[in-house]
Amino acid sequence: MSKALLYDSTMCIGCKQCEQACAGQNKLRYDEAVAAEQQQSEHKYTVVLTKGDRFMRRLCMNCEDPACASVCPVGALRKTAAGPVTYDADRCMGCRYCMVACPFGVPKYEWSKILPKVQKCTMCPDRVATGQPTACAEICPTGATKFGDRDALILEAQQRIRDNPGQYVNHIYGLTEVGGTSVLLLSGVAFEEFGYRTDISKDPLPVLTYRVLSRIPDFVPLGGMLLGGVWWITHRREEVAAAEGHGSAHGTPDQKERKP
Amino acid sequence: MKLKFTFWKLVFLALMAAGFYATVVRFTQGLGRSTNLSDQFPWGIWIGFDVLCGVMLAAGGFTLTAAVHIFNIKRLRPIVRPTILTAFLGYVLVCVALMYDLGRPYRIWHPLIMRNPHSVMFEVAYCVMLYTAVLSLEFSPIVLEHFNLQKPLKIIRGVLVPLVIGGVILSTLHQSSLGTLYLIMPEKLHPFWYSPLLPVFFFISAIAVGLAMTIFESSMSSRHFGQQLELPILQELGRVLVVVLSVYGILRFEDLLHRGVLKLMFQPGYEMYLFWLEISLSLILPLLLLAQRKVRMSAGGLYLAAVLVVLGFITNRLNVSITGLESAAGLHYIPKWTEVAVTGAIIAAGFALFGLAVKYLPIFPAEKQPAVVEVEAGAATPVLSHAGD
Ligand code: SF4
Ligand code: SF4
Repeated sequence: MSKALLYDSTMCIGCKQCEQACAGQNKLRYDEAVAAEQQQSEHKYTVVLTKGDRFMRRLCMNCEDPACASVCPVGALRKTAAGPVTYDADRCMGCRYCMVACPFGVPKYEWSKILPKVQKCTMCPDRVATGQPTACAEICPTGATKFGDRDALILEAQQRIRDNPGQYVNHIYGLTEVGGTSVLLLSGVAFEEFGYRTDISKDPLPVLTYRVLSRIPDFVPLGGMLLGGVWWITHRREEVAAAEGHGSAHGTPDQKERKP
Repeated sequence: MKLKFTFWKLVFLALMAAGFYATVVRFTQGLGRSTNLSDQFPWGIWIGFDVLCGVMLAAGGFTLTAAVHIFNIKRLRPIVRPTILTAFLGYVLVCVALMYDLGRPYRIWHPLIMRNPHSVMFEVAYCVMLYTAVLSLEFSPIVLEHFNLQKPLKIIRGVLVPLVIGGVILSTLHQSSLGTLYLIMPEKLHPFWYSPLLPVFFFISAIAVGLAMTIFESSMSSRHFGQQLELPILQELGRVLVVVLSVYGILRFEDLLHRGVLKLMFQPGYEMYLFWLEISLSLILPLLLLAQRKVRMSAGGLYLAAVLVVLGFITNRLNVSITGLESAAGLHYIPKWTEVAVTGAIIAAGFALFGLAVKYLPIFPAEKQPAVVEVEAGAATPVLSHAGD
């Protein structure tokens, strides 16, 4: 069963311990300056956005059918059965198609390095593989970020909305967005306020390109046949003409004309 | 004449020097310092112009080989070589540009062994690689002839038709796939350009540009190398161009209509202006010009229309890859000087290599050609290879 994270922004106190734990887990620098940054970057996989006393986390959604993994030509990004969307830096050639394709603008690049890598939250795949929660979920003091089975978390999120309908926007973000994600969000204010688009496609994005790509195996023999057939017909005509004795008469004036 | 030549040499040297310096910056300081790319805008002109437009401008190669070798339109034969040469140079330069753009260019071969067949980029990589190989084979008779190597020449001629068919299929695939690349971003690309028909548009416009480039090159060559194609050939190309452009135009507007985008066309804004620039250059002006018999029949008129078409579809590719993504990214991307310098040097190198090849290889039909001039499917039509030339 695939794992997921449920982040309930109404329970978040903005302590940013998840940011710090994430940096520790992924061996990234974390100090006051980084803590003050209000955006994801190549050295900050997750950020707690702050607006007055409202908070909202941003991190890789670890989509169920991720655009980033589908576009990567070398398969550096992969969706694992357990949930995490992992990144293998040794494969990556730096085409940055993943960055262009991700509907949430998640993957970041090490622009300042000579040999850059893509950087993004990968949902602690090593921890998840051994049954541990992600670093952010483990440290969260209020339970705002909770780790568990995706199906169970969805039920729980629905329950919370039902129990306190006044407290929540009636929407579990990530339930259906781009075909579902392994990060689920609950919010007390419109998701747009923190930059989460709600007009986003409900279908997995990879379908859009695969619909075209999957035609190729059919197209190749068909196209080959068609072109071969045209060649056969156009040249057959000529052979006939040649056999009847008009062929060379056809070719010669054509060639002569060309000579200056 | 002498003076003009020196002037172009100076321009060339200046472009190469700037490009060299930019290359040093790119490979010693990284992409961040040498480009205006960012996490919000990861693809710039090296992809939008060098790769997308580069591949498009090289489309004459497959268009013409198909016309001559498959559809057997013999009148076009004299221009097959210059277009194959352009296409070959084009693809080589696209690969060079990719080496600048990839974060880790030394891994450019990775798709060979690390495969993700669901990725459009993977498919493009394979097609471009194979097609470059096909082009070099299609180009090889010219070199072999120069050194009078009859054996390999015979082999190439024997497999020419399957080779050309393979080349046309590969081109169809990756010309359209460059449009498919953008299908994954329905939320990001502006509705003027995001369409499920992107692959079809990219393919048809590649044919239009292939034809326009052939007309354009012919005129350029006559100016600089004293080589010229006959007017009737250009007129014929112009006529086909009208048809292809009209089909493209109708499809483009039907698509805008069905997606309900027509009303956006008159809402002033950055995208609207660039949309109209693209449409005027690629469709309205050339079609207005070519609709007049006088223009369609004159070398100058055809040349002008061809230049407009080329510029129009360059605008189209830049709109898809840059303009159309800017508002979603929330910024305006202007390339850094280094990006422009590299692109400029690549273009200059293209012109220089073309000039060299024309000078030293039998590219244009000359007076004293050996019996085996044009790449011919000799084995299949023995009568004709004797009749020709
Ligand atoms: S949010 Fe973006 S980076 Fe994360 S899995 Fe989805 S597509 Fe990939
Ligand atoms: S930048 Fe790397 S991870 Fe992203 S699509 Fe390209 S090869 Fe894959």
